[in-house]
Amino acid sequence: MNVNDIQIVLTASLVTLACVIPGCFLVLRRMTMFGDAISHAVLPGIVAAFLFSGSLNGIAMIIGASLTGLLVTLLIELIQKKMRISPDASIGITYTLLFAIGVIMVSLLSNQTDLDQECVLYGDITLVPFDLGMWGIPRQIWIASILDIILIITLLVGYRGLWVSTFDPSFAAATGIATVFWHYLLMGMVSLSSVTAFESVGAIMVIALLTGPPATAALFARSLPRMLVIAAFVGIASCILGYMLAAWMDASIAGAIAVMNGILFFVSLLFRKILKK
Amino acid sequence: MTSDQLIGFFLLEEPNVQLVVAGTLLLCGMAALVGCFTFLRKRSLVGDAVSHSVLPGICLAFLISGEKNPIILLVGALVTGLLSLILMEVLTKNRLTRPDTAISLMLSFFFGLGILLLTYIQHQGNAAQAGLDKFIFGKAASITEADLRLFLYSGIIITASVTILLRGFYLISFDEDFARVTGFPIKFLRLALSVLTVWTVAIGIQAVGVVLMAALLITPALAARFWTHSIGRMLVIAALFGMISGYSGSFVSYLAPAMPTGPWIVVMATFIAVISMFFAPGRGLLARWNTRSKNREKTLLENILKLFYQIGEKSGQLQGNILEEDLLNNRAFAHDELRKGLKRLTSKNLLESNLLTYRLTNQGLQEAQRIVRLHRLWELYLQRYLHLAPDHVHDDAEAMEHVITPEIEAQLELILGNPETDPHNTIIPPRA
Repeated sequence: MNVNDIQIVLTASLVTLACVIPGCFLVLRRMTMFGDAISHAVLPGIVAAFLFSGSLNGIAMIIGASLTGLLVTLLIELIQKKMRISPDASIGITYTLLFAIGVIMVSLLSNQTDLDQECVLYGDITLVPFDLGMWGIPRQIWIASILDIILIITLLVGYRGLWVSTFDPSFAAATGIATVFWHYLLMGMVSLSSVTAFESVGAIMVIALLTGPPATAALFARSLPRMLVIAAFVGIASCILGYMLAAWMDASIAGAIAVMNGILFFVSLLFRKILKK
Repeated sequence: MTSDQLIGFFLLEEPNVQLVVAGTLLLCGMAALVGCFTFLRKRSLVGDAVSHSVLPGICLAFLISGEKNPIILLVGALVTGLLSLILMEVLTKNRLTRPDTAISLMLSFFFGLGILLLTYIQHQGNAAQAGLDKFIFGKAASITEADLRLFLYSGIIITASVTILLRGFYLISFDEDFARVTGFPIKFLRLALSVLTVWTVAIGIQAVGVVLMAALLITPALAARFWTHSIGRMLVIAALFGMISGYSGSFVSYLAPAMPTGPWIVVMATFIAVISMFFAPGRGLLARWNTRSKNREKTLLENILKLFYQIGEKSGQLQGNILEEDLLNNRAFAHDELRKGLKRLTSKNLLESNLLTYRLTNQGLQEAQRIVRLHRLWELYLQRYLHLAPDHVHDDAEAMEHVITPEIEAQLELILGNPETDPHNTIIPPRA
């Protein structure tokens, strides 16, 4: 492994960490499809922010994506309640529309920018080592680290609220905890992770990072902190293994990481079956 | 782009345009047809996962056969699509994960595998692979004659199967338990529906691509649901909506060949769905708002008339002049609501205004008597048949008086034996 490889794996791991934190809560709240919806739907927000600020990083991007993330959450609820449509169909119609608009915007812009349809699909993590930021450290590593820190602080500060509103929403509501606030906070966290992950793994593979490691961790963990830790390790392991697989096949790293997440889940399932016997 | 070319598109002059339009219409119509059941069974997101899962099958089929034969690719797509569906079922049934996690896991695993294989094939530098990536966002413009033939046969088989099995599909969509006890072969029906769905998806991705295929399944169905209560009509409307979206999508594709077709079809389909949500008669938002405000007005007017009768009953003068203040003292109306109601009743000729007072007209008296009568009949009914205490029946009657139809009134009279007084010993006004 040379420096470039290490930088790529490190970026992937940092991005995975950002996804795993809200991902655990999504899995526990049975809302992973919201994660899928948000990760698709931030695309128009990202493109709009790009048009506005002219670059693929920075505050505009984060704001744009977070706003669209919240917009999706609102829209889904609105369609569900006002139009009396089942939750699954509300999610389906909302995110496909926003993603379609995003793809159209990308294809309109594709001759002016490095944002193209391929990038939307599986990111371009191989370019990480060539786009350097401060102190010769790749820009993506900077962005991902900062977002990781923000997410970890949010997790630590809001731990009790997130915990109670996840495991016992009616108790939380009865004791005066604003469950709606925590719901939207979590959706905000998912939007942030989606933006972070977008550039390196693309809009669609975010769902692999959001659900894969937490689902595997849920097979073993007996408490929330343990679930978070196991999920982080599973996520990082899938990044390393995925990178190796991609290098061996000479194929997409993001795809390989998603596949590895699936394989780790099935292996864990088998492993648990054997342990239980 | 000249206007001649535009007209040429609409008249389908060029053979290539005919091919594309025919193909897209078939695909979108089929998907909408099958999608109705996906939507009604509340399995839209399963449909989404299946759409993502056909990608590795297509790549594997290409890797094994080395050519882009549409039938071989279709078989590959069917295999991984069904496999993903089965895995989701196994994970959920055995409670290994929650249903939503199972969907997300399979979606990302199979799609990741598809991307892995696709990039692997692309990096091999095999010239025959060019165009495989059209399955991701769809490219209607690349539909060939061989494709069209496949679409046509599939369309015939799928439409025929849906028509033949309609009753069974209908039952498993709405009431599986009933279907089971009446001896319908549920397992077979479910399997048939799954195969048809995966098949449709595997074909439909040519037009919109795997990512947006879910929209082709559910959006037309969702839109159609707003226009009808009958499943047969819903299928026809959905297919029609799907075809309109497909037609406009292929039109855009014709105008701007670099533009991916799929997203435009999805935008059009959603546009139709949004229009339906707001403007469909009966179930649309505007229609529902309209009904609600009409009901609210009816309730207000009836309550005012009732109050005139009650005050008149006490004073012994049923058509006496009454001040606005007296009305307000006897019932908590919002002041401006009351004013509006009085105006409306006067214009309907149910009230007569006289300086600052109002009195019931003959017609108004009749109407007031009708409402009071219904109220008191219902109170009596509740007391006699539901054995509620006389002081507990008023609130319920207050709501029911506005919705009791003449038929129900007749039945109430019959079972209560034309009563003269209600539980509070006040007289029930006779029928006009």
